[in-house]
Amino acid sequence: MKLLRNSYLALFAIYLVGPILVITAVSFNAKKFLAFPPRGFSFRWYAEIFVANDWFAALMNSLLIAACSAFLAVLVAIPVSYMAWRHGLRYAKALFSLGIAPFILPPVIMALAFLLFFANVGMHGWTINVIIAHAIFLLALPLVTVSLGLESVDMSLIEASQTMGADNATVFRTVILPIAAPFAFAGFAFCFVLSLNEYIIALMTVGFTVETLPIKIFNALRYGYTPVIASIAVVFLVINVLVFSLIAKFSNLSRILGAMD
Amino acid sequence: MTRKALSQALPLIPSSVMIGVFFLIPFVLILLASVATLTPEGDMAYGFDLSHFERFLSWFYIQRALFSAGMCALIAVLSLLIAFPFTYMLTTFSDRAKKIWLIYILAQLSLSEVLIAFSWQILLSRTAGLGNILEWVGIAEKSFAMAPSAGAVIAALVYLAVPFAVLLLYPALSRMDRSLIEAARTLGTSPLRSFFTIVIPVNRSAIVSSSVTIFVLTLGAIIVPQVLGSPEHWTLSVLITDQAIFNFNLPFASALAVVLLILSASVIGLVMRFSGGEK
Repeated sequence: MKLLRNSYLALFAIYLVGPILVITAVSFNAKKFLAFPPRGFSFRWYAEIFVANDWFAALMNSLLIAACSAFLAVLVAIPVSYMAWRHGLRYAKALFSLGIAPFILPPVIMALAFLLFFANVGMHGWTINVIIAHAIFLLALPLVTVSLGLESVDMSLIEASQTMGADNATVFRTVILPIAAPFAFAGFAFCFVLSLNEYIIALMTVGFTVETLPIKIFNALRYGYTPVIASIAVVFLVINVLVFSLIAKFSNLSRILGAMD
Repeated sequence: MTRKALSQALPLIPSSVMIGVFFLIPFVLILLASVATLTPEGDMAYGFDLSHFERFLSWFYIQRALFSAGMCALIAVLSLLIAFPFTYMLTTFSDRAKKIWLIYILAQLSLSEVLIAFSWQILLSRTAGLGNILEWVGIAEKSFAMAPSAGAVIAALVYLAVPFAVLLLYPALSRMDRSLIEAARTLGTSPLRSFFTIVIPVNRSAIVSSSVTIFVLTLGAIIVPQVLGSPEHWTLSVLITDQAIFNFNLPFASALAVVLLILSASVIGLVMRFSGGEK
């Protein structure tokens, strides 16, 4: 039984991590052509991300868009989650469900919707389009994390501070904010990472004017193999791991993922 | 009272405007565009024109829709089969091990579909892939390319879906009442038997809802079918992209999007009703 369990676990780990290991090995390949096991060892393809102007520009575009859209999503989410939690407003709850919807739909539907919208209002390929589109698409994440954070605030703490004469603003600043802030950060981080990796909405909103990293990678894939893509994959995975480790460190990852404390 | 209502409504105005303008209006535009007419100049004239849906009702597009649905159903089943035992074991790991696995799984799950497609392209290539290993072991005489093929698309999409499956099953499995299993074990049930007679039935609704979510998720895949499949393996999502970006036929793309929307919504609704009716 133990043997069965361990061999299954080993197989699962190999299945999950194997393809990533192959990419990592390929990314250190010294030669320009694809080879596994790699020939020689070099950091050349990592340097290329920062030296080659087009790759670096795409990286910067992606980072800027991810940071702005994550920030916007959190800003839009906070009042909705707060009003739904603090006052139980039915309107806020309806807004909450509406805000979740874009994330559940197949992304291509939202992508096409944004394409039609921005074409109709005459905003052709502005960077802000993709920032807004990603913020709306990923709004579900901060909505959920902020709500979870607020639910973990102990109501008796609020009552206690109110009986001691704190007004609403003081309660918010001294009781609610410190407890809920890490969850708002988690929402920001989730949005940031998913926006960084998102392809189809970026393509349909700004695909012809702004090149984000996923768009550039896909374009490069069509013209054959470039080793830079392998190094970018590794860099992205490292970024993802770092961001989620931060979430795990500063807020409650298990709780966000829906498990019991 | 009115002052209170006002003070509660004010903070919600910016968010309402954002969601209304940038979600509801674009969503309505898709519905409008799906019945709009494409003028000979390539522009769109709003009206009520059902010709795009008529075009969908040809065997070619019906076949594509059925292929998409069938393939995604297969992927949902496969990824759950792979992920369920692992998730069950994960809940018994130490907190530290659990955290590390969850972080890694989240990191892989967020990895761009473009990068997943790229890594499987390498894995299935002739010069640097599994073919080499088969040649080396002696199963295959000569290394060969395994993509493009339906198998390649399915393999990469399952790989894409497994981390999602783990995270979707994780809450239910970690909340599961362990005393049931302990009771069965005390009564002499083997671990394997208790897994099939207790763990799986108890979590049936989580299994059903996770598989529906995976189904909808893989229906949305766009890059993997293009990179690892040939055009006959393209799913509805790829066709929508193709019509919108490369054929500039927004009305037809919108009509296909409405079909995709109805397909995913009806599967969600059907399964939810089916699993809800059992309780």
